[in-house]
Amino acid sequence: MVWLWDNLDLVLGLTADHVRLSIIPIVVGFIVCIPFGWLANRYTAARTVLLTLGGVLFTIPSLALFVMLPAILGTRILDEANVVVALCIYAVAVMVRGAADAFASVSRDVISSSTAVGFSAVSRFWTVEFPLAGPVLLASLRVVSVSTVSLLSVGSLIGVQSLGYLFVNGYQRDFPEEIVIGIGFTVLVAVVFDTVLVLLGRLLMPWTRRAPRRRAVTAIAAEVTA
Amino acid sequence: MIEFHSVTKQFPDGTLAVDDFSLVLPSRKTTVFVGSSGCGKTTLLRMINRMIDPSSGSIEIDGIDIASGSAVALRRSIGYVMQNSGLLPHRRVIDNVATVPLLKGVNKADAHAQALELLDTVGLDRALAHRYPSQLSGGQQQRVGVARGLAVNPNILLMDEPFGAVDPIVRDDLQQELLRLQRDLDKTVVFVTHDIDEAFLLGDQVVILEKGAQIAQVGTPKEILANPASDFVATFIGADRGKRRLAVDSTIARSGDDVVLVDGAGYVAGVIDAPGGVLPGAGVGGTTNSRARSVSNKTDQAGDA
Amino acid sequence: MNLFLDALNFLFDPANLTGTNSILSRLVDHLAYTGLSMAIALVIGLPLGLLVGHTGRGRNAVVAVSSAARALPTLGLIFLIILYTGLGVGPLIIVLVILAVPPLLAGAYSGLEAVNRQTIDAARAIGMTEWQILLKVEIPLAMPLIFGGIRSATLQVIATATIAGYVGLTGLGRFLIEGLALRDYKLALAGAILVIALALCVDAILALTGRLVVPHGVARGLARSTDKSDAPTPRLHGRVSSAPSNP
Repeated sequence: MVWLWDNLDLVLGLTADHVRLSIIPIVVGFIVCIPFGWLANRYTAARTVLLTLGGVLFTIPSLALFVMLPAILGTRILDEANVVVALCIYAVAVMVRGAADAFASVSRDVISSSTAVGFSAVSRFWTVEFPLAGPVLLASLRVVSVSTVSLLSVGSLIGVQSLGYLFVNGYQRDFPEEIVIGIGFTVLVAVVFDTVLVLLGRLLMPWTRRAPRRRAVTAIAAEVTA
Repeated sequence: MIEFHSVTKQFPDGTLAVDDFSLVLPSRKTTVFVGSSGCGKTTLLRMINRMIDPSSGSIEIDGIDIASGSAVALRRSIGYVMQNSGLLPHRRVIDNVATVPLLKGVNKADAHAQALELLDTVGLDRALAHRYPSQLSGGQQQRVGVARGLAVNPNILLMDEPFGAVDPIVRDDLQQELLRLQRDLDKTVVFVTHDIDEAFLLGDQVVILEKGAQIAQVGTPKEILANPASDFVATFIGADRGKRRLAVDSTIARSGDDVVLVDGAGYVAGVIDAPGGVLPGAGVGGTTNSRARSVSNKTDQAGDA
Repeated sequence: MNLFLDALNFLFDPANLTGTNSILSRLVDHLAYTGLSMAIALVIGLPLGLLVGHTGRGRNAVVAVSSAARALPTLGLIFLIILYTGLGVGPLIIVLVILAVPPLLAGAYSGLEAVNRQTIDAARAIGMTEWQILLKVEIPLAMPLIFGGIRSATLQVIATATIAGYVGLTGLGRFLIEGLALRDYKLALAGAILVIALALCVDAILALTGRLVVPHGVARGLARSTDKSDAPTPRLHGRVSSAPSNP
């Protein structure tokens, strides 16, 4: 703990880096998944292509992807962009599948009844399908958020600044306390992100506030099928 | 013969589903438990094969307390058909039908041969034997469910709203099929439904239940229709709205030998054979009865059954 | 593109293919770490997940463990355990097992959880024993999710074993780590390609195996559920892919 107080500036600085770098993939994943998820839900062929591609990208171990990207993007090996782009790829891969499932989870009766009362295709999407897909989308987004925060630290092996620095540094100096503090702060960031997402979900989707058991099952199923 | 002796069931959450229920269900007859949802009728049924154990009281089958043996053996000796067929989605129709014989160690060839015969019995094409349940229509799935229930040639067949989830035309079909089966097979059938027409159609003994599985009335359909024991029963069977009371409508022209019957509200309920315009028996405007052969109203089929 | 050519030259240089520290020996090591830790993890995770799924007891614990496992940074975990236990294959296996168990648990548990209650009820009603219900009904029907769990756990382990190179062990990750340490990007890239190829191959093999172990009627039946009840059935057909936390 003494170490933490002595190095509070370092730890807080790394935490800020960690938050900054992990927010980008989460936001990108959420935005990109909406059109792709809609496509995948609408067209079987698109679904096959997108989900297969997502599955393949997703299978790539992150350290290998971090190292591979400079050769593809022309970036320098130490560039933050490598890690951010890699995490965006994972986020999109998970979210597209999640979004396809989310749109598929919207009851057909609701969709056809809203068509029947006169929604246009566009307004029906934004006012009916998108909000009703929200709970399943949120479940996927929570998976993405937690895993992005956790994966980002691997970037420190190729020298990208994040809380992962504390792991590498602590290991090299044979100093477990530093690693423990690193883990603690990483988990803290993950928990804060998750809490924010859950609260946003409650705020934006007040109709989902009941039935907690079902939500737990949805979450865990999303985790496995992600 | 199935006997309930002061059976009470209170669930852990405090719900008193069945409160001091006693009744004898005669052998080789169909007993129908009918009541609104939550009246405890399904609980009664599920206690017969020990899917639910009573909190107090006992149930005997042919004089033997069912609690004395193993629940699994008991269940294998009793046929069970449920609302959504409950078929195993990962097994073909033929294996679904043969499930229990296979569990009991019957060899596969015999079990399959018997399963094919059962498909005939329930009126299904043998060509369907190698399909998966999801490839069948709801009515076909229900028939497979019945075939599975009959697979061990049980003396007792429990049916929990088996026709509740199929459309009315298929339901009529399945009901007729069950009546035919029952004529041929002579099982002790216990049937649960919330549909009073279905109860009157299928039941030799109809048990109308109120909340807590309190018996509102027991009797044959005819007895209940003729003498509803209480206002509750009268409301439940629709007698109070005049639905069961049919009369000849003299304002509608007779066509040939048919006379049009209307219910208490004046809606056309059916036609009756009346050679020369004369009704058999004197009961013009009286309650329906079994002599009215071709009355095409469901209520009257109950009288036939 | 020259970078890729350099990396491919390294990969196809016969001198690098066999012998100590060769691609082949490191591949064998990588597979050995993966196989051993998956075997241990399966013995622990599957029965536990099936138990929880069948009885419904300990559900919250499983949800908590699998969420916590996702939040824990694997890199920190691996370094921490090795600092306490010392370098070696043993500590690595421990870490890999710890990482593989949660997806297995979650897969088995949620697989059983997703099985239609009415099907189980019917199986009990026609006289199946609890064991028969588990073996003949629940496990076959849960197979897509159980197998999905096995697949994500395996990929997770392959990915994490890559880091073994950093803590002095072999495995394909060693090329990548050496390349980074020596600032030899060609070597690092070659290592990355190897690791990616391994992951994709294993995933493809598991995907094919998955088709074989999932009963016919399940793949078919779940697309169009047998009954019309509105039980929350997660989408099980199609591809059940890996977990995202592959370091």
